[in-house]
Amino acid sequence: MNASTEQTKKGTFRAPVDYSAKSGSGLDVEKIRREFPILRRKVRGQRLSYLDNAATTQKPQSVVETVARYYFRENANIHRGVHELSQVATSHYESVREQVQKFLGAERPEEIIFVRGTTEAVNLVAQSYGRSQLQKGDEILITHLEHHSNIVPWQMLCQATGAKLVVVPIDDRGDVRMDEFERLLSDKTRIAAFSHISNALGTINPVEEMTRLAKAAGAVVLIDGAQAGAHVEIDVQRLGCDFYTLSGHKMYGPTGIGALYGRYDLLNTMPPYQGGGDMILMVSFEDTIYNSLPNKFEAGTPNIAGTVGLGAAIDFLHDVGVTAAAKHEDELLEYASGLLSERKGIRFIGEAKERTGILSFVVDGIHPHDLGTVLDQEGVAIRAGHHCAQPVMDRFGIPATVRASFAVYNSREDVEALVRGIDQARELFGD
Amino acid sequence: MNELRELYQELVLDHGKKPRNYRPMDEPYRHSVGYNPVCGDKLSLFVRVNESDVVEDVSFQGTGCAISTASASLLTEALKGKTATEAMDLMRQFTAMLIDPENDTDPDALGKLAVFEGVKDFPVRVKCATLAWRTLEAALDGRDTPVTTE
Ligand SMILES: Cc1ncc(COP(=O)(O)O)c(C=O)c1O
Repeated sequence: MNASTEQTKKGTFRAPVDYSAKSGSGLDVEKIRREFPILRRKVRGQRLSYLDNAATTQKPQSVVETVARYYFRENANIHRGVHELSQVATSHYESVREQVQKFLGAERPEEIIFVRGTTEAVNLVAQSYGRSQLQKGDEILITHLEHHSNIVPWQMLCQATGAKLVVVPIDDRGDVRMDEFERLLSDKTRIAAFSHISNALGTINPVEEMTRLAKAAGAVVLIDGAQAGAHVEIDVQRLGCDFYTLSGHKMYGPTGIGALYGRYDLLNTMPPYQGGGDMILMVSFEDTIYNSLPNKFEAGTPNIAGTVGLGAAIDFLHDVGVTAAAKHEDELLEYASGLLSERKGIRFIGEAKERTGILSFVVDGIHPHDLGTVLDQEGVAIRAGHHCAQPVMDRFGIPATVRASFAVYNSREDVEALVRGIDQARELFGD
Repeated sequence: MNELRELYQELVLDHGKKPRNYRPMDEPYRHSVGYNPVCGDKLSLFVRVNESDVVEDVSFQGTGCAISTASASLLTEALKGKTATEAMDLMRQFTAMLIDPENDTDPDALGKLAVFEGVKDFPVRVKCATLAWRTLEAALDGRDTPVTTE
């Protein structure tokens, strides 16, 4: 295939944008905000303070434009056309695979499988690897911090195979109990699956250490990286994990696109997850020969537009710098925690040693849902609920929390709007 | 803030904080559970109806926001002494007040329950206000499958 198309040229020679602050250190947040048109709209007549980034981030102009340009100028099906557009679409799609490969530090592009997101990635591993490898008596180790999407697929696998789900407890601060993690690992542990970052509490798990311990016990390791993509540098080879998952929409990319990293030799031995077009080399009614990696796991026409959008999101993250973004979000977290801890009756849920810009809390006498309504009235978007992590809520004896989660475009003004809204709610609900 | 005060009136705040008839019930009773999976809330409702189809006692327990707790609390007060049929009529009027734009019954006909009229301006909260009523309906129908807002 001829790679010298309009798109790959654009991809290769894309001019990076400098988002560093002109004076001093840090980021030029105003410049970043200008890249996100949605931040200019009003919500309920107020300036929008979008603090629900752990659910999904907003999308920069470059991502939206890349998707639009794909539909306006490149749209064709991939891997099957002799015509120019199909070649352009294919090479653009495949160039994003290489981008994701580099983003995750994977050894080769065939180790990247495009999926809908983390949920599909975990299900793929559970159904393909799990079903073909596990049997009665085997164990799957997860932690008490997991999102439902890193619990339920394993429960389904247990039901299908007779394997047992083992859960590592967390402590009162929201850290995984590493002594228990070590103790619960055994030669029965076939799969260890844990999140890089908890969406409910913001805990950054010591995934390198956890991977090392689990691998030493002979388990295959899956890391749920849904919350990690936009906040920490990822290097799957250094981590040594077997699988790693990404959700594009939580890292400034479109919804409905994500990636599964799988170690090449492991993916190669796994049976296909879904059957259909593109995942085959040759089909007859007697026999079908499966395609090689990564196509074996990408049956049917994929989310091509989402994939090129994901590529633009990775470019954006490169321009901002994941480390600089995390530093900015940490500062906002600190600012918010400081202002809130000056107030009475606020209880923080999750104060792990290492955490990202996620602030989960409850306010005495105000249900999170009611607080959410008051904040919404102020243009402040937060999440009130169990965050798809009901076991975490049970662990802390509460049905729900209020969660503010920060992204690179948030400013101190957003934090102040949050605190103002909380004060108002306290006034409204106060005795 | 004014719209918020319309939503969270004194009566709602009071019943949200100090729900009435918040207790389990001795047998015999009909019972159902309502869930709001969005916030993880759960409402467990008990109702005793005598031979002449009259509601003798209603009570509830569970966790919920101010709106759903106050709605359940005021429901228990409104129903005692009504027949099961009257209870269902009340449920339909209450729901209509919140979701039916063509509704023309005077909210005041609902007595204290009229306090929830402001909820109609907060569409995402309508299901908080109606959860207790839908759970009541299930309990009266003798359905033990949980009710959910979603
Ligand atoms: C930690 C974590 N894991 C998994 C998921 C599921 O991701 P998705 O909905 O993109 O499949 C999420 C997002 O909600 C998450 O925060």
